[in-house]
Order: sequence, then C-alpha cells, then structure tokens
Amino acid sequence: MVNSRMSKEIVINVCMGTGGIAAGGRDVMDAFIEAFRERGVDGRVEKHCAVHQVGCRGFCARDVLVDVSLDGERTTYQYIQAAMVPRLVEEHVLGGQPVTEWTVGPEYHAFHDRQVKVVLADCGNIDPDRIEEYEGVGGYTALRRILSEMSPGEVIDVVRESGLRGRGGAGFPTGIKWKICADNESEVKYIICNADEGDPGAFMDRSVIEGNPHAVIEGLIIGAYAIGSAHGYVYIRAEYPLAVERLRRALDQARAKGYLGKGIHGSRFDFDIKVKLGAGAFVCGEETALIASIEGERGMPRSKPPFPVFKGLWGKPTVINNVETLANLPVIFRRGAAWYASVGSEKSKGTKVFALTGKIKNTGLIEVPMGISLKEIIYDIGGGIEKDRAFKAVQTGGPSGGCIPSQHIDLSVDYENLIRMGSMMGSGGMVVLDETDCMVNIAKFFLEFTQSESCGKCTPCRFGTRRLLEILTRITRGQGRPDDIERLERMARTIKDSSLCGLGMSAPNPVLSTIRYFRHEYEAHIHEHRCPAGVCRELITYTIDPERCKGCGKCRRHCPVEAIEGQPKAVHVIQQEKCIKCGSCFEVCPEKFSAVLRA
Amino acid sequence: MESPALEKLESVYTAYRESGGSVVSLLQDIQTEFGYIPQDAVHWMSGRTGIPASRFYGVATFYAQFYLEPRGKNIVTACCGTACHVKGAERVLTRLREELALEPGQETTRDGQFTLEKVACVGACSIAPVVIVNHKVFGKMGPDKVPKILGEYGEQPDE
Repeated sequence: MVNSRMSKEIVINVCMGTGGIAAGGRDVMDAFIEAFRERGVDGRVEKHCAVHQVGCRGFCARDVLVDVSLDGERTTYQYIQAAMVPRLVEEHVLGGQPVTEWTVGPEYHAFHDRQVKVVLADCGNIDPDRIEEYEGVGGYTALRRILSEMSPGEVIDVVRESGLRGRGGAGFPTGIKWKICADNESEVKYIICNADEGDPGAFMDRSVIEGNPHAVIEGLIIGAYAIGSAHGYVYIRAEYPLAVERLRRALDQARAKGYLGKGIHGSRFDFDIKVKLGAGAFVCGEETALIASIEGERGMPRSKPPFPVFKGLWGKPTVINNVETLANLPVIFRRGAAWYASVGSEKSKGTKVFALTGKIKNTGLIEVPMGISLKEIIYDIGGGIEKDRAFKAVQTGGPSGGCIPSQHIDLSVDYENLIRMGSMMGSGGMVVLDETDCMVNIAKFFLEFTQSESCGKCTPCRFGTRRLLEILTRITRGQGRPDDIERLERMARTIKDSSLCGLGMSAPNPVLSTIRYFRHEYEAHIHEHRCPAGVCRELITYTIDPERCKGCGKCRRHCPVEAIEGQPKAVHVIQQEKCIKCGSCFEVCPEKFSAVLRA
Repeated sequence: MESPALEKLESVYTAYRESGGSVVSLLQDIQTEFGYIPQDAVHWMSGRTGIPASRFYGVATFYAQFYLEPRGKNIVTACCGTACHVKGAERVLTRLREELALEPGQETTRDGQFTLEKVACVGACSIAPVVIVNHKVFGKMGPDKVPKILGEYGEQPDE
C-alpha cells in the first residue's frame, strides 16, 4: 500500500526558529521521522529554518508550523504538536487528504499578503550554509556584473537613484555617504557592517545574517568597490553565536569562490572582510563608539565632526552601514534603481523590516513597503490586538523612539512621519501596547535601559538619564511632585540638546512622547496616586468581591506569599499587609466569577 | 598562579603578540580560558604587556560580556526586552530571584549552581516572556512555571 505512494515526492518542513523550537518543533520533527520509519515512507523531513534562527517565516505566533508537500503541492499546518503527527501522516501523507481542521486559515495568508519581501525574500527559503543556494537565486550576479561593467562612480549613482537610506535608524542616504567617502583622497579606507543590534525588541539584523549571510557580504563588497576600500569589518554582537558562526562559514565560502581576496573575479579589485566581536554595549551601535570598540578600547563615542567618512577607523575614511541596508543592495542592482524607487513613499524608498511584537495577535518579523499605514500593519498583518482589547499605542524606535497613540493609527510609516510624531524609525522594533499598559511605566522601562547603557562620557547623558529615571520612578510609586511633568520636559530638552552622541540625544524621546500623548496618565499618577492601567504596583490594591467569590480556592493556592485566607466554598479575603501585589490571584480567578478586583 | 593557569596566559599573550590583538581581545581570550576574568590574570597580563591593570578593568567593566566573578553551573537568562516587559517579565524575574534565594545585587547562588542574568532582548519576542536556561529557550513564561523549570536543573552530579 505504501509503495503505491512511493512515486510521490514527500517533503515535510518543520519550523525550527527559536520560537518553533520552544513550541516543540524538535519533538514534531522526531515524530515525523519516527512515523515515516514505522511505515516505511520514503520522504524527507527538513528543518524549515535551522536551529535558533529567529524570524523564520515570521509567523511565530502559530508555531509549530509544518509544511507537508506532496509533489510540490504544499499545505501549511499551524499549532502542530508531536501527538498530532500520526494523523497527519496517515490521512495526508498516505491518504492524500489534508487534515483541513489543522491547516492555516485566512489570517495566515493575510499576514503574508500585505508584505513585500526584498531583504527577507530568501530568508528561510535557502540554506544559509550553502553559497550555491544563494547563487541559485541570483546571488552574486550583481557583484559580477558590477565588477565587469561598472565604475565605482556608476555604482554610487545607482544607489543614489534608488533612494536607499540607512536602515540603522537615522535614515541617512546611503549613496551620499558613499560619495563623500569615495571623494576622499586616501590610500586606505574601511567599510564596516554594523551588526551590533542592541535595541531591546529588534532582531531583524540577526535574522538576516542567520537566514541569508551572503546577501550582507555581497552588499559589503559592492560598497567597498564603490568607495575604494580593501578592508572590511563586520562588527557583530558576541551574544549572537549562531549568526557569527554562519557569517564566518559564509565568508570562507565566498573566499573559496573568489568573491573575496585578491583580484576578485578577474578584476583588479582586492577586498577582504574580518569579523569583530562586540562585547555587549548598546552605545557601540553609535558609529564612533563602534570604531573605538573595533580598535580594542572602551566603546565610547567622540564628538562629530570629524565624521567617520573623513576620519574613522584608525584615523582613515570609513563607511559604516547597517546589516539591513547592505542586504538591500544586491537586490537593487539585480532589479534596478527605478524598481526600488517605485516601492515606498516619496522620501523613504523600498521596504522596512519590523519586529512586530507586544499585545498583538500575529507577532513576528515582517517586511512592508515604506509608507504603509500603521493600521494596515496592526490590523491586516498583525490581526489586531490580543484578546480583542483596545489598542492604545505603538512604540517604535526602541529606547530612542516614542509612542504613537491610537488616534494616529492612519499614519503612514516612513522616516519623516515618525520623527514628526516624536518617535523614530530606529532599527525597526514595533511594540504594540493595549489599554492594560501604563505609559509612565513604559517610559521608565526605556530610561532604565538607556541609563544603564549610558557610557558616562558626557554629563548630560550620564546625569540626565539618571535624574529622569529617578523622577519617573517616584511618579510610578505615587510620590510624584506637582511640577514633575514640567521638570521632566525641561530636563529632557536639555539632554537632547547637549548630549554628545545619539544615545543621549534620543534617550528622552520615550519620556517626551508619552507626556505629549498621555499627559493625563502622568497626572493621574502624580495628583490622584492612581495608575489608570493598573500596572504600577505601589498604586494598586487587590481585593476580593464577597458577592462574586464562590470560594473555589484557586487564588489561595496560587498566592506565593499565603496572603489569602478562606475555607472551601466560603468567601476568601486578601490580607493587605501580606500582599505583594503580584497579581497572581487576579489572573487565576476563573472568568465566570471574576471576583478579584484591581483598583 | 598555578602552572596550568600560567600556561593558558602565556598562550593568550602569544596570540596577542602574533596577531596584533587589543585590550578587548585579550580580555575575551582570558575569559574563554577561565570562564571569567580573574584578578591574578589581569595583573599577570598587565605586567607582561605593560598595559596598566586599570585599563583592563576600564574595558572589562564597560562591556556587559565580561565577568569579574566565577559564574554558576547553570546560566538562567531572563529576557527583559520591551516585548517581554509588557508581557510580565518583571514578575517572572521576581519569582526567579525568590526561588534562587538571591539577595539584591547577588547574581550567583551560594552553591554555585545558578547564575541569574537579565538580557535586553534575545529576539524571541513572539513567545514573550522568555527565559533561557543554558541554551534552552522557555517561551510564554509565567511566575508559576519558574519552580518546575529550575527543578530540571541544578544539583546534578558533576559532568
């Protein structure tokens, strides 16, 4: 019976990103292998994306995702667990009938339909450890054509025409940066790929390197050719061991194939790339700090000018480009500057990768055309807010950015619009917040981060972030003073104006933008000692409504400090002096009773 | 210092001389050899290279990656990135500290079984909040799941 199916090519793909593995991907894979062995099925079971590769196909909320392909006809299943595998094998693989109740629904397709994949196009589809697979989808053709047909000046012109801007956050036009560096008369120049992704809530750079390292390498070689550099670096976080490993392997393969080294592909152009491991400091994402770190010192920024394009690594002209920026380049040269410029908004061209997370149904890594509205991202791609709660705001740009409130949901997302709203593109984190998130707490969260990451070199940032954090902390504890909002605003402006580098200049943004749009929440904390979202621990109390409590005892069993007393089937009581306000009782109280109150 | 340690330091120093290393690369290599940055190693290296110990410490304390104390057998990493934060990472962290009986400021348990550390983002925001023990990722964490997960580790016989 099995033999009659042998003519079919059977391929199973199991999603094995970080999310996939945590959801049980490995067990699912083993279950398929076991089921195939038992029944003598001749099929291949493959990892859709290799171990630890985050981002994968982006839709981690539905893990474990499994593709069953029979003769190339692919069916995608969601939420698959090992126990479900025998039925999939029996009915679909052997019986030819897909198990429709487990297949992905319209949301899965909606999640993908609005996306435009340029940078992520091949991530998850090709094996990052095999250069042949990258070449098979057109990889390195752009480089070969450039080396045989184009002058460095022409390469720069194409990049300028494409309108590509730096994806690291500030959005400086890439072509112009290259032009300035290329015009510098210097024997030695450097080009650096900035892969020091340190923003809490952004992981696209790592995903790109893990999923398609050759695209970044090809981009870096193109940049080196354009500016006339023979030495390149990739500065990558040591905390990304898999990305480092893949990158090193990819570099070896590129060398073996003659894309790196002396006289690349018969040209007179020499170029090679070294990997430098970062040691964990957010400030090293700043160009001059990154340079100091590569030189082996503390990663502290210095004042600009001189800009690195004039005086950078070891005092030589240096271009620093972000991972996502570089990964765009091969595609721009393959498909043309005009095509690239046709995607996106007036001043922001192409696509942007976002890490869509927080209180949203479809979390994951997405790539959308610039200019798309927040509404499309949150509702069409993201599927709306978790538990159908009310959308409150979206935080973009990480610790350098701000919150965009619900009334601006129609905002079209590009560099200029985000700045206008008091936020910024940053590296592309997009954290969705709902009515249960306290905006003062969010501001405090980011200040905790920037305060601890401040390198301490300049006073406005070193002292300023600490003072901002102190004030925010006392507000969240109900000890805010009447003029604290004005004090925060004044101090924030001073820090913005007088800090040495981008970290300090942008650190107050989360405070300013939350005051701008959610001033009433600050006021409620300060004047009424009340946290409207019910987040700030010191300002909330939990009580049990005697009318509603049925004495099921669930809260009592879950209370970590034994603060709840009550006999079975009798009303329970929280002893306030013992309560640590962890909220466990609130969460476990069965919905049909909803007896625990938070105020 | 004992001779095996000296041998390790010699080899780190040789690599530094031969490949033109830096303070950062020296510290990275020392940490690879010892698992942390021992004070003796810094002073030895300072004497050998002529670089003041203060510069080693300046760099070592600047970067999060360097540890000046030996670390526990199991590394528990609590993600406190934005996505984890809004989904309750702090309560998970509090429970972890309670279960491991860590005093404020203490990172490694007295028996050397566990080191608890916070990390800004591990890039698994989709399954927030996230805790990683050694290299295993635990997604959609809650305070209640903490004891069970820690129970899987610790007090194992030496490998």
